[in-house]
Order: sequence, then structure tokens, then C-alpha cells
Amino acid sequence: MSADRPPFDPYDADRPLRMGCGCGRHGSDAEHAVATLRARSETAEFETYSNSFVEASLMKALFPQDAVRRNFLRAVGRRTAMAAIGSVLPVGTLASLQAMAQGSTGGLEKKDLKIGFIPITCATPLIMAKPLGFYEKQGLNVEVVKTAGWALIRDKMLNKEYDATHFLSPMPLAMTMGAGSNAVPMNVATIQNTNGQAITLANKHKDNRDPKNWKGFKFAVPFEFSMHNFLLRYYVAESGLDPDRDIQIRVVPPPEMVANLRAGNIDGYLGPDPFNQRAVFEEVGFLHLLTKDLWDGHPCCAFGTSTEFIKANPNTFAALYRAVLQAAAMARKAENRPLIAKVISPQAYLNQPETVVAQVLTGKFADGLGKVQNVPDRADFDPMPWQSMAVWMLTQMQRWGYVKGDVNYKQIAEQVFLLTDAKKLMKEMGMPVPAGAYPKFTIMGKAFDPEKAAAYSKSFAIQRT
Amino acid sequence: MTKTLGFRAGLLSLLLLLLILGVWHVATLSGPAAAPVLNMTPEEIEYAKLLGKNPTGEGGGAVKSGFPGLAEMAAVTLQHLSQPFYDNGPNDKGVGIQLGHSLGRVALGFVLAALVAIPLGFVIGMSPLMYRALDPFIQVLKPISPLAWMPLALYTIKDSHISGIFVIFICSIWPMLLNTAFGVASVRREWLNVAKTLEVSPLRKAFEVILPAAAPTILTGMRISMGIAWLVIVAAEMLVGGTGIGYFVWNEWNNLSLPNVIFAIVLIGVVGMLLDLMFARLQKAVTYVD
Repeated sequence: MSADRPPFDPYDADRPLRMGCGCGRHGSDAEHAVATLRARSETAEFETYSNSFVEASLMKALFPQDAVRRNFLRAVGRRTAMAAIGSVLPVGTLASLQAMAQGSTGGLEKKDLKIGFIPITCATPLIMAKPLGFYEKQGLNVEVVKTAGWALIRDKMLNKEYDATHFLSPMPLAMTMGAGSNAVPMNVATIQNTNGQAITLANKHKDNRDPKNWKGFKFAVPFEFSMHNFLLRYYVAESGLDPDRDIQIRVVPPPEMVANLRAGNIDGYLGPDPFNQRAVFEEVGFLHLLTKDLWDGHPCCAFGTSTEFIKANPNTFAALYRAVLQAAAMARKAENRPLIAKVISPQAYLNQPETVVAQVLTGKFADGLGKVQNVPDRADFDPMPWQSMAVWMLTQMQRWGYVKGDVNYKQIAEQVFLLTDAKKLMKEMGMPVPAGAYPKFTIMGKAFDPEKAAAYSKSFAIQRT
Repeated sequence: MTKTLGFRAGLLSLLLLLLILGVWHVATLSGPAAAPVLNMTPEEIEYAKLLGKNPTGEGGGAVKSGFPGLAEMAAVTLQHLSQPFYDNGPNDKGVGIQLGHSLGRVALGFVLAALVAIPLGFVIGMSPLMYRALDPFIQVLKPISPLAWMPLALYTIKDSHISGIFVIFICSIWPMLLNTAFGVASVRREWLNVAKTLEVSPLRKAFEVILPAAAPTILTGMRISMGIAWLVIVAAEMLVGGTGIGYFVWNEWNNLSLPNVIFAIVLIGVVGMLLDLMFARLQKAVTYVD
């Protein structure tokens, strides 16, 4: 709904005359939410917040440890630091950090873009940037295209039908290494979302919550190279079940999970929302646990593209990057979440009942066991592509035999998860290189140290190697 | 007599339809009302609301994805038919546009298949050598499910739209090819001999003797092929997505929206029937009596 047209035009044959929202000026609740969020995104306050959020995200990628960042700034001074970092971000093509954060629309190599997405809440920033006009604001004409499954996303990226896409974050690693497809270098620009997944079980297992008793269960995950697969394997293996022998794990596209659960084809799934919540809504399943309880802050989906695209279209990529980060900044604020649910629920995007999406995003939800739970950080949209996340994924790919032999974890992580070649370039420029872009994580109580990845991947009782 | 037979058959069809609708209506009658709200705690009421129920009974309840009743079905049908051509961006188009995309794909794949199958069928039908040489390939390729081609097509063609058309092409080629070959091979000896005695040129023989003689068989093949193509397009579009009536079904399946799925099923059936009728007409036009 454009702003310069009158709110009502009962004599226009091309516009529906509906007064579906509270204020009566928009055709539907969703349009009303779009207008409200747009207005919020246009305030100076949000602009400042968003710009500094983007800059802070970039700085944090370079300096995961705050002490190092401070030392660096003290050593070279604020101005030099900004110029130096700006000259190397991202992949050494942008004029300055300010240009990266605020940007001008000049010099875009390609304006008409196609971006693929799977209709799940993980893709929230990517999707909402379209109706909220964040892409337009960067001078881009983006078409976000709903896609039937992850294999198709992979094929369409390899075919170059899509310019950029919503990925499962391990997919670009696998594609770059040539696991499960041709080796084509891909990049993760940002993580789309953190947490936000769950293990859903069929109602008949309400009294069978201990994974030790799950022998013979059939589970679904969205794709082999997914955090869902790795986390489910990790979880059952911690309880002494071998995920390859004691249970069956099938690949089922997320939208088909609820239908399969209802039909009794599967006992449960570790899947993306809204399909966990949808199973509760349909009263066919319950939320056994949120993945947040396995690894708080784990990455899930990513926004990425091919290395070739970035090299050929650096300015376009930077503009896309800004749009998606801006959306992420908006999605992180709790007060925006109910409105975002209205924006992304309609048929063109998730095609789900709004209450289901709202329960996922606000974290106030029915758990399928008769309780209303309140977990505000059930889903979050932290965009930082930590390399240690990539290293963890690689250790799990190794653990379950998806990649054979030794893996040069850091080399692949740094090649795929962006913003680290900056480190190399800084070294070449004679600047002090920040140490440790690899924060540690704790997964189900077990510490993961990316510096000891090889030992970690061999430290499990149940593994394929 | 035939008129009254047609009338009686129509009447019986109508009765059957009413019977089906009646059974549907009775089967989807909603059960007894939900438990009274009186003995629910506020928390239970909130929980029920999150499940999309309406325990307090104010206003209409949220739509759940049960099997739809007739009234709901009628509302959905009316809504789609009143706005068949709306276009809200790439992921939300009216059902008429979706149907158009599907028909376009089928037509393109089918025409391409006909362009290959009919000349090739002529060659095979006229030359026993070619028939024997190509037979093993045809026999192996014919029974392959068209959708099994999809991964290979996506990988080699590198374009999902063309892959969809390729799948239509590859599945509708075989009935046409075999029927053409059969029709051409079984043209009456005498007619060919007459052509030979009159020293007709091979091209003229093909177009003026063999083609009219084999036309009914060829059209039967085309009719079968069209049926298969229409069967396949729905499955292919569910796999590839983007546009088309198959994508529409997939998208509504995501939302577990049975009324929309049922509407699409009926629509697919009706369009399939119309396509078949079209070929039946053509077939009648070229049929001859010996």
C-alpha cells in the first residue's frame, strides 16, 4: 500500500475496498502491520539503531573478544581503525565502514534479484524485508520466491536461478566441500536466526519422554546438512542411542512434517517452526523440548550466496547485506514481533494461521501438554556468523561420516563464513590481528573448544569414524 | 430412444452427485459443542485460545484444518471463482493464473513430444529394421516414472521451468510414438500396393495414404499422452514449485487447508476431462469407416 495514494478509493476498479484493520485505513490486518512497522523503521531512532547495529555486528565479527577490540582501537585510533576496517569489508571491496553501514544506492551491478526461501520462521528477516520495503530502500528490486524443499534450494543455487538464498547454515559448508553435490564455493553472509527449533513428538508418546526408550522411533529432519539433523543426532546419542541404527531419521520437507505426523508415518521430528507449533495447534503433537535447551544460541538458517555472485556484484551484495541486517535488527526487538507475525503469516509468505506464527515469535505458546509457556528467547535473530559455529558443524559432519578423513576446520570455516578474510588483509596491511574469532560454546553441558576440534569430533562414544 | 437414454443417464448422474454430497454433509456434521466454559480456569481458557479454539464463545472461532463441510467448501469455491486472476506477487496468485501456467507447460511439452514422436513413429512404422533396432530402448524408457527423471533433468538442464516441460515431454512421447508406429505399420497392404502401382512419390504416399489411414490410431496415442501429461504436471509442479496448479496444491498442503486442496482436486479433474473431450472430438473428426 503506497503512502501517496488516498486511503480509500471506492471508485477504483483495481483496488479492493476492504476495511479489515483496526484503524480502517488498510485492506487487512497484515497491511496495517506493514504500515506500522514501516513507520517504525523510518524513525530516526530506528535508523540510528539499525546503522549502529550493522556496524557493531561487523566489529563483533572481527573482534569477538571485547578486550581485543578495545586494545586495537586504543592502539591505532578510532579514525584509522574505521578506515582500515572499512577498506577490507566485505571481501575487500567497499569504500568504508560507513558506506557499508549506511550505504548509497549508486554502483549496483545488478538490481533485479531472486531470493529463495523455505516458508519457515527462520527466514523471517529475509521475508519481512520485502513487504517492509528494506530491499527497495537499498535500490534493489527483489523477488522472494517460495521454494518446495532444501534440495531444490541447493539445485537452484547451483543453477544460478537464485541470486541469493535462505540456506540451512551447514549447507554452504557442504556445498563448498562438495558433500552431496558438486563442489561450488558458497558463502554465509549472515546467520538468519538462532534457537527457534524444537523436537515435536506425536501425542501418543506423551508418557514416553525419555530418549533412552526411543529405540525404533522414526524421526524427520528437514535436510541431511542441517542443524536439525546434527542436533537430533547429538541429542539421542547423548542418551546412548545410535542415530543410524537405533532410530530412523528421514528427510522430510518442513511443510510436510505435520501431515506426516498426523498420518503416523513418523513419531516425531526436530524441525523448524512454525511447524512445531502447528502440530500443537492441530493437536497432533506436543513440544518435547526447544532446541534452545540443547544449545542456547545455536545457529540455524543462514542468508548466503555463491562466492562467484559476491565477486561479480560486490555493491549489490553489500546492499542486500544491509537490507537483511536491517530486518534482523528490527526482528530482534520484542515489541515488533507480534506485528511481524501479521506481516509474514499471509498466503504469499508462510501461509499459516497468524496465532501459530505469533506464538513462535513472541515465545508465549501452548506446549501441547496443557500449559502456556513463556520463553521470550524461543526464537532470536542474531546475525553473527561465528566461525566456531562452522567448525562445530564440520565436527558433526565428520562424526557422522558425511565427510571422510581429516578436515581443515578453520580453513573451510573462514572460506565460507564471511568477514574473516578481513583478518588476513589486516595482517598484510601491517595491522595488529585480533585473536580468536572462535568463541566457545556449550552443547548439552559439554564444552566445545574450536581450537581442539579434531579431538572433539573423536571424543564421542557413538560416532561413525 | 437414445435421447431418453441420455436423459436417464444424466438423471442418474445427478442423483449420484446428490448422494455423494449428502453423505459428505452428514459425515462432516460437527459433533456436540465443546465443554462448557464455566469450569475452565483462566489459564485453560488462554491455552484453548492459543490452540485456535474459542472457549468463551464470542465471535467466530478460528478456522481449523478439519475436513470441511459443504458450506465451507462452497465459500472457498466461490472465493476462488470470483477472483481467479488476482496477482499478489510471485507467491500468491489467483487460481486462474496458476491453471494458465500449468496448461502452458503441458501444451509446450506435449507439442514438443508430438513433433518428435509422430515423425519418428512414421519411420519406425515403415521400417521393420528401425522398429527392431529401437524397440529395446523404447521398452526400457517407457515404464520409467516421469518424476524419476526430475533430479536428472534439474541437474543437466539447470533450469527448473524447462525441467518441468522436459518431464512432460518425456512422459507424453511414448504412447504417441508407439501408437503412430502401430498405426503406420498396420495400414492395409492393398492401399499401399495401389499407391505403388500408381508410382506415387514416397512423400505423397506418406501424407495422402498412410497419414489419413493411421490418423485415428495416432490420435488415440495423443489422447492417452495428453491424459498422462496432465497427470504428471501436478506432481511435477509440487516438486519444482513456483507456479501452477500443482504448486497451489502444495502451498495449501503446507497450510493443511483441505478445502483449498479439495477445490484444486475438483478443478484438476474438470480440466482433465475437458482436455480429453477435446481430443475425443478430434478423434471423431478423423475416424473413417472401412
